[in-house]
Amino acid sequence: MTAEVPTSTPLLAVTNLQVSYGGIQAVKGINFEVHAGEVVALIGANGAGKSSTLKALSGLLRPSSGQIQYNGEDTAGIPTHGFAARGLVMVPEGRGVFSRFTVHENLLMGAYCRDDKPAIHQDLDKVYELFPRLKERYQQLAGTLSGGEQQMVAIARAMMARPRLLLLDEPSMGLAPLIVQKIFEIIHKIANDGVTLLLVEQNAKLALKSAQRGYVMESGRITCADSAHALLNNPEVQRAYLGE
Amino acid sequence: MNASTARHLKTLSLIVVLTLLPFVIQLALGNAWLRTLDTAMLYIMLALGLNIVIGYAGLLDLGYIAFYAVGAYTYALLNSPQLLPLLTGTGYEGLLHTPIWIVLPLAAMLAAVFGVLLGAPTLKLRGDYLAIVTLGFGEIIRLLLRNLTRPLNITNGPIGINQIAPVEIAGHSMSKPIQLGGLQFTSLYQYYYLFLVLVLLVILVSSRLQHSRLGRAWIAIREDEVAAQSMGINTRNVKLLAFAMGASFGGISGAMFASYQGFVSPESFILMESVMILAMVVLGGMGHIPGVILGAILICLTPEVLRDVVNPLQDQLLGERIVAPDDLRMLVFAIALILVMLLRPEGLWPSRRRTSELHEEDEAKPSVKTKVASHE
Repeated sequence: MTAEVPTSTPLLAVTNLQVSYGGIQAVKGINFEVHAGEVVALIGANGAGKSSTLKALSGLLRPSSGQIQYNGEDTAGIPTHGFAARGLVMVPEGRGVFSRFTVHENLLMGAYCRDDKPAIHQDLDKVYELFPRLKERYQQLAGTLSGGEQQMVAIARAMMARPRLLLLDEPSMGLAPLIVQKIFEIIHKIANDGVTLLLVEQNAKLALKSAQRGYVMESGRITCADSAHALLNNPEVQRAYLGE
Repeated sequence: MNASTARHLKTLSLIVVLTLLPFVIQLALGNAWLRTLDTAMLYIMLALGLNIVIGYAGLLDLGYIAFYAVGAYTYALLNSPQLLPLLTGTGYEGLLHTPIWIVLPLAAMLAAVFGVLLGAPTLKLRGDYLAIVTLGFGEIIRLLLRNLTRPLNITNGPIGINQIAPVEIAGHSMSKPIQLGGLQFTSLYQYYYLFLVLVLLVILVSSRLQHSRLGRAWIAIREDEVAAQSMGINTRNVKLLAFAMGASFGGISGAMFASYQGFVSPESFILMESVMILAMVVLGGMGHIPGVILGAILICLTPEVLRDVVNPLQDQLLGERIVAPDDLRMLVFAIALILVMLLRPEGLWPSRRRTSELHEEDEAKPSVKTKVASHE
């Protein structure tokens, strides 16, 4: 087994989380945790409740019951706009770049919750190093970029908030395989830099290959939790999610 | 000549043009057009205010005229005998001559309060739904003004408020002409310069806001509210500020309207006025200050031009008058708006940002061509 659940206090601890969305109970009481420095994948089919879980984690939806502890703090007391400043940052599904802002302005918006100007400029340089493609196009309007480049903008923008825990919602959605590969290379680099990642993906194979641990979600419940390696070799998971 | 002198020259010539404009207009076209110019200035303020709500923050407000009404009635009540019966003997009669430097900020503030009142319950609404609620809000304010006569007669109902005192600055009432050298500055001139100062102020505030942290947050929530929230933008406060700031411009313009006109009634604040201001913003170029100003001027001028052109034209061509110019007004607006939507959806004078957004394909084509060319 390559990755046991670490025994330290988790950076994120979810207990008995229930989330209702549009009159439907999308998340029906789940428990999981993410430890500092980990990459954790949350996989599952369309409509399994993955995105609702992420929305609850980032404050966009409020849990109907249960508890989310981030860095020892109950997130119920944090206003939605306060999550970014605490380093809990989401890259929303469908990217959500500001299409009328240039790439550069998008990145600056990422640092909206910060006021340490010199450090912001340092981080800009770092992010551009991570995404050379974006550096080439920094003056271009984000709305005119390709899908893959927009996903890069979304991730780069989130990095500008100096995340401790980065929530990635379907980063591979709607992208060509080659681009997906590139995006995941970048995700690896971010993880190697010490950012903790929670990765929500329909592309289970890719997600599990990048993660140390994984959770499988099925109609609102977590049905399986194991190391990523074990999940990749789990016949049940293979049949249901890996297409083997 | 370096860039900064060029800019100074440009500013200087703009100041000269704006100063001389009323003289030129009056000499060439007469007093009626000078009056139109003054009115246009009021609408420029209104359009720039609505531009903050719609152009920057992307909140479709169809009841914007309500804030104009709030400003107008604030000035009217504090500078007319309307409330005299209520105040006689209370020792507060002096309130009815409240000076301009108190009324203007007060009108702006009250309008901002009403802006927040409209914004707070509609925070979760967007697009069409928000439009319907704001439309209702505009009508509620108008009906309130129409019916606020009992138990205390505050607004004087549909009859409106008369005998509103003109603006007084340093003891000089702006209804009286000023003689300066050989020139006579009538009331219309004086209001022009007063409005000019206010318009310049509104432009200054608008453009500073646009490039501020708040301005960027407005554009961000218009683009993608979820993403804006995840970036740490307090969308609730930012939206309320858009409503409040936009409304305050409307309030200032309304107060000036009351003083300039000397009379207000609920009929000045009908839905059609909100629609007109919206048309100015859309026609000119949403979110772009020069565009919005152009839109306001064009829409203010159209009825006047029609009046001066349609009747003589009919007389000459047909020998009789078939159409009244006012009936043509709506037709002309409709055609103009449809043409703009078809040919220039970004407005007549849009910001570069917006043009590139709406003409993505047109831009992509030449770049493909250049690629081909570079291969050859």
